Amino acid sequence: MNFKKIIASLLVVASAMMFVSCGGNGSSSSNGADSTSTANKNEILGAGATFPYPFYSKVFQVYNQETGVKVNYQSIGSGGGIKQLQNKTVDFGASDAPMSDEELAKSPAPIVHIPSCLGAVIVTYNLPGDPALKFTPDVLANIFLGKIAKWNDPAITSINPGVKLPDLAISVVHRSDGSGTTYIFSDYLSKVNADWNTKPGKGKSLDWPVGLGAKGNEGVSGLVKQTPGSIGYVELVYALQNKMPAASLKNKSGNFIDATLQSTSAAAAIDLPSDMRVSLTNTDAADGYPICSFTYLLVYKNQSYDNRTEASAKATINLINYVIHQGQKYAEPLGYAPLPDPAVKKAEEILKSVTYNGKALL
Amino acid sequence: MTPVIFYKAKRINFKEKAFKKTLALSAIIAVVILVAIFFTLLIDSLPSLKAFGAKFFYQTTWDPVSDQYGALPFLVGTLLTSFLALVISTPFSIAVAIFLGEYYKKGPVAEVFKNIVELLAGIPSVIYGFWGLFVLVPLVRDLEMKLHVAPYGVGIFTSSIILAIMILPFSVSLSRQVISMVPSHLKEAAYSLGATRFEVIWKIIIPYTKSGLFAGLLLALGRALGETMAVTMLIGNTHDLPTGIFSPGNTMASVIANEFTEATGQIYTSALIEMGLFLFVVATIINIIGKQVIKRFTIE
Repeated sequence: MNFKKIIASLLVVASAMMFVSCGGNGSSSSNGADSTSTANKNEILGAGATFPYPFYSKVFQVYNQETGVKVNYQSIGSGGGIKQLQNKTVDFGASDAPMSDEELAKSPAPIVHIPSCLGAVIVTYNLPGDPALKFTPDVLANIFLGKIAKWNDPAITSINPGVKLPDLAISVVHRSDGSGTTYIFSDYLSKVNADWNTKPGKGKSLDWPVGLGAKGNEGVSGLVKQTPGSIGYVELVYALQNKMPAASLKNKSGNFIDATLQSTSAAAAIDLPSDMRVSLTNTDAADGYPICSFTYLLVYKNQSYDNRTEASAKATINLINYVIHQGQKYAEPLGYAPLPDPAVKKAEEILKSVTYNGKALL
Repeated sequence: MTPVIFYKAKRINFKEKAFKKTLALSAIIAVVILVAIFFTLLIDSLPSLKAFGAKFFYQTTWDPVSDQYGALPFLVGTLLTSFLALVISTPFSIAVAIFLGEYYKKGPVAEVFKNIVELLAGIPSVIYGFWGLFVLVPLVRDLEMKLHVAPYGVGIFTSSIILAIMILPFSVSLSRQVISMVPSHLKEAAYSLGATRFEVIWKIIIPYTKSGLFAGLLLALGRALGETMAVTMLIGNTHDLPTGIFSPGNTMASVIANEFTEATGQIYTSALIEMGLFLFVVATIINIIGKQVIKRFTIE
């Protein structure tokens, strides 16, 4: 009986191990045997960022009506989009933050970034009377570092003359989940404040020195609306739709800029690198809002990988071409900033460099 | 035996054996899945185990930017919220169990209350989170302002209250059943000796059902340890050790739910999986300890 028990338990462990090993490392060591070629060439698969999802949704729907090509986009997050593209399970990925050098090095082949629109991160607050506030980069950083703890601190009142600020403690609200919004915001603070750059630095998830965390843009705005004396950061789209107060920020040129779609597009009016992997925060543009970012569509530079057909490659590239040209007119009504002309030109050049079997697709 | 009877016997015998084997197979599959989950968690958390070793369990910084991971604040948050929820819900669950198991065993009142309590278990976790956010948080904020503590509203206290409400039905349903199954001759003997109803409950029923009550509480605790959605909306999500009952904190399940989808980098993902493994082990240990206590209490 004892012997039988030993055999039985060994069998259980062995089958469990088998379970584990065939599923365990699938995602990290996938050799791309999962085919990317779409089942029928009239459907394109994409996955990634949640921020531009309403914009993509609208553009893909119009594209379907005009060309009959169906686009299936899953907004699983920028991180997920990058992973799926690296695993070659989607035709294109989407990400708010450009891929880092390490992420590009880990990808099986070179990936290009094509910007599709712009987003901005605004600072919202809950004060009696909804006053219009101004912040300078250092004051903003010190609030989020916890160094400025009250609303009537001289640092804040000196840049907001004429505004009656109450003797109320500042409750900082930040994101609890990993997010591109946090990345853009912390990227800006790291550039303008040396203490922030040391710790917590920039990233999608941070070790925040102070404050409460809430899940998603909805969570942050909900908590800010409920908590008197709170301050938080959300995407511009969100603030526009929910009519939330937004502070105007002093940009690099010294001007206090309000977050609008125009000032967001204006932030991209700088020298753009040819691979478009650029951070627009703390922009040099004189009337650009300082916390903006492109959101990107990602494809492989060489589309002839695995058993990908030329038809699907062409379909994907034509779709992206549509997004950066005809699709741009759908951005503003939905609260996204359209690409300025120099950015569209650079994006076109990148698209033209995408090849299939050595031949340009566009 | 004539051939017909012989074949019929063989067919019955075959059916019996097949049935027994199917049952055994299903049981084995359940065990295999559990062991597989454990091994998957273990293997995928190896990079983090190698990088941090035991430091993971007592360090307090969780910094994805500099890749420093210490899970102590989350362990404390998990245990604190779960046990506090159990403490808050126990008097209520025992009271309701006695009410339904002893006073109102049958009849319309009993049916209504039984169904409502069981309905509490069916409400999705997210709904509890919403309700907590819009109703409970402002109430707790007012309380905090009266007590002159930082008026966050969210925090350990708020999530413990919600957890207490969520785990109530689990302990009530089990406790109610064991209380209603106390043999009547014990109660009648007590009554005949002049015991009041309260004395019967306190001195006969509760000691008799101690193990069942404890099992109900253990079930409730297990649910509280793993609860994710409602807690993550109400706990404040800070990475620091909670300093008091009203301070914000975080739990292991909540951190995993929040940060896993956007976690990039091998060490980060592996650290989150290691925390999942940690939660798994903690839940298993509490279960084992609970079972030992039940064994002690069981009257045969």
